[in-house]
Amino acid sequence: MSTDSPADQAHYVAPYDDGVSFDELPDSTPGGKFRLSFTGWVGTIVVVFWLFIAVFGPFIAPYDENDLPFPDAYSEFQEPQAGALLGTDVMDRDVLSRIMFGAGRTMGISFVATVLAYFIGVVLGIGAAVSSPKVDMVMSRINDAFLSLPSIMLGLVVVAAVGSSIPVLIVTAGVIYASVIFRLSRALGMEIKVMDFVEAARVRGEGRWWIIRREIWPNAAMPLMTDFGLRLIYVILFISSLSFLGLGVQPPQADWGSMVRENLGALQYGTSIIPVIAPAIAIATLTVAINLIVDDVSAHSGGKLSNRL
Amino acid sequence: MTTPNNTGEIVFEAVDLKINAVRDDKSELPIVKGVSFKVRRGEVVALIGESGSGKTTISLSALGYCKPGLKFAGGEARLLGQDLTPLSVNELRPIRGEKVAYLAQSAAATFNPSILINEQVTEAPVLHGSKTRAEADKKALALYHALELPDPETIGERYPHQVSGGQLQRLMAAMALCGDPDLLVLDEPTTALDVTTQIEVLKAFKQVIQEEGAAAIYVTHDLAVVAQVADHIVVLYNGEVKEAGPTETIINHPQHPYTRRLMDAIKPLPEAGQGETTSDDHLRDAPAIEVRNVDAGYGRISNGKPAIQVLRDINISIERGKTVGVIGESGCGKSTLARVIAGLLPPSGGSMLLDGEMLAPGIDERSKDELRRVQFVYQMADTALNPRHRIREILGRPVEFYEQATGSAIQTRVDELLELVELPLQFADRYPHELSGGQKQRVNLARALAARPEVVLCDEVTSALDTIVGANVLELLKRLRRETGVSFVFISHDLSTVASFADEIVVLYAGRVAEQGPTDRVLSPPYHPYTRLLISSVPETRTGWLEDTANSREAQSSVQAGVQLTAKGCPFHNRCPRVIAGVCAEQDPPRRVAGGHVIECHLELADLGGQS
Repeated sequence: MSTDSPADQAHYVAPYDDGVSFDELPDSTPGGKFRLSFTGWVGTIVVVFWLFIAVFGPFIAPYDENDLPFPDAYSEFQEPQAGALLGTDVMDRDVLSRIMFGAGRTMGISFVATVLAYFIGVVLGIGAAVSSPKVDMVMSRINDAFLSLPSIMLGLVVVAAVGSSIPVLIVTAGVIYASVIFRLSRALGMEIKVMDFVEAARVRGEGRWWIIRREIWPNAAMPLMTDFGLRLIYVILFISSLSFLGLGVQPPQADWGSMVRENLGALQYGTSIIPVIAPAIAIATLTVAINLIVDDVSAHSGGKLSNRL
Repeated sequence: MTTPNNTGEIVFEAVDLKINAVRDDKSELPIVKGVSFKVRRGEVVALIGESGSGKTTISLSALGYCKPGLKFAGGEARLLGQDLTPLSVNELRPIRGEKVAYLAQSAAATFNPSILINEQVTEAPVLHGSKTRAEADKKALALYHALELPDPETIGERYPHQVSGGQLQRLMAAMALCGDPDLLVLDEPTTALDVTTQIEVLKAFKQVIQEEGAAAIYVTHDLAVVAQVADHIVVLYNGEVKEAGPTETIINHPQHPYTRRLMDAIKPLPEAGQGETTSDDHLRDAPAIEVRNVDAGYGRISNGKPAIQVLRDINISIERGKTVGVIGESGCGKSTLARVIAGLLPPSGGSMLLDGEMLAPGIDERSKDELRRVQFVYQMADTALNPRHRIREILGRPVEFYEQATGSAIQTRVDELLELVELPLQFADRYPHELSGGQKQRVNLARALAARPEVVLCDEVTSALDTIVGANVLELLKRLRRETGVSFVFISHDLSTVASFADEIVVLYAGRVAEQGPTDRVLSPPYHPYTRLLISSVPETRTGWLEDTANSREAQSSVQAGVQLTAKGCPFHNRCPRVIAGVCAEQDPPRRVAGGHVIECHLELADLGGQS
């Protein structure tokens, strides 16, 4: 390749003294870097924006999440105006402030739940892939049973039985989504396990744990990371759905899903529909933005031909 | 319908053709840098070059096709006078499959496994409306006859998995020719085949191209094959034409240094006396490894026999610093043998000795030191090296694992290993995909050597490499053997490679040893009939060899029959030109031994020598 210095290449060692050498070509140039596309940049900017809001929202919000901006003129669903840029909600609270408080809660719960789901799913999934066929069989069938239950129904039952709190929400979402990730990581593990380099490690005499950690995991990590972004979106929607049904984050705490539910009346009776639309848009922009980044990452790890040249 | 009499008409012409790859940042990298050549009617033009030379990319331009990520950047690709480069997919559709047809390397991947062969062969002309179904069927039948397929009347009623690899390759030719194309593009159509099958396929291709009066572009890296089928040769390197001319001229008087190098890399025909003399300095009392009466197979073992037996009664003994070559067609069990020795597939019978001591059958029962002393080198360096590890980790791990070395000691050893396989030291910080195929194969070898092994099992290590690169890797192996005293088990389907490298050859057929002995003895009379078939099937780099061989060959019928693993009798009996009726199929062949040279055949040794 043009970027290589001549000393970099192994030349044909043959008894020729005509001063001509013919280099072999590598599959790709060294140090091919990951670059974001335009849509990837848009996604990144949006995600960074929401992350900023999630962290600093409570400090820069104009009001507390339960304060009334106009305590002297109580009226639900007020239109946007000075003092309440997105208007007020069903209990006359400032919509903008509640979105800023809710950002951290929605994203935080979803993120922790997804990490939990990944921890459970990946450990058990790759564990099943490298276990004996019998152990794998038992684990997979139990997992199938979990998968066969509709996730929202399962979540409803658990939350209704135990009562809703943020830790319960996280564990419920984590366990429910772990079964999907179990499937994925088991399939990945199975695929990588039969590769020659894993067999080479076995012939070398490496232990099972080393093979999982050093041979299988680095190759499974990239596809799993790609899926992490997608799965995070599902969990955000799941938590929001539970909140919408009244079983998620409990009032008066704000969270995007519950905001949509609380303010549903605005569609019918309100003077302004912004209290419903704004949190919905927040969910949509965040999930779409994560997707845009995931697209770029997966295109990179998929190895497009132009990347390999 | 083309008429053979208007030869000389230009069917395809590339005029200063340029193709670029588009990178992510929209910058363009030239892949094909202004290539020009002509293909006339009734003529076969070969594009020859190593992987990355752009030969496939150029051949696809004859279909107006660019792989994703590539684009036409200039020049013209004229088919029958019409430039294909600016055409859209819809404009190309009537041309593809009707005026130009494409034959891919792997027929198995080209055929849809769940549709009858005949339906697929006749699909294109019927779809294009150029033939009615009856006409297409008639044409297909004529092609089956012309391609000398067995049971031409009924072969179309089978599914692709019901015919052999060589037959499927010929059926693919029938598929391409069914629409009477003006131009045929063949992309390495025989590379994946065994030599014995390759002859049949080449012969059929050549004959049918002549009869149909079509023109053809033949893409390959194998000069010996080119010499048989092509009228003109275009030598490509790095997207440029290095030399072009009539086959005779290029083969006999190559001008460009690259062409000369290609010619030099061609292995000489397998003959006695080619192997270099290996030193006896490393010899010890016991052989490095000894395989005794080994049986092996796959599936559940009952009564000491596996469900599918692959190897039967194998005896091999390898002295220190020596090499045993194992040769045979695909499916004969040569890779299985390597897996048995490596401990990946415990044998169902027999035993193995390492340096005179009993070696446990499976890897789980072997000690760390036993594992260290037997190393396995895989065929495909692409899958054998973990793509997420740097070369430093790949080579450093065996050092760390077997020698409990740390930090700088590992570092020193990695540098030593890279030097040993002639790679620059800075490669230690690269990932495998940043290396070329030959370089990867060197790393693959270095990893095995990192363990300081006594026996290295090489499974087709040069088969996936280009001619020149493969020749260099073989030189490296020879040097390593001299310097380190490592014993090699060298598995290959290529008799020429084995002949130049091995001290002893084992010829496997259907899981049994057909012939075995010192290289010079195996490659000189008396021969086992199968060994003779193998030797005579290795293509010579001279024009006219194909006709000579195909006409004189005693074993013309042999390829039609499939390989069968028989419970009794000689497995080769259904292909053997000298089969003794009622004996070969019924009784196990006796083992005829003469001074370390073993032939398993019913014929007397005296009858097996001499004339060919």
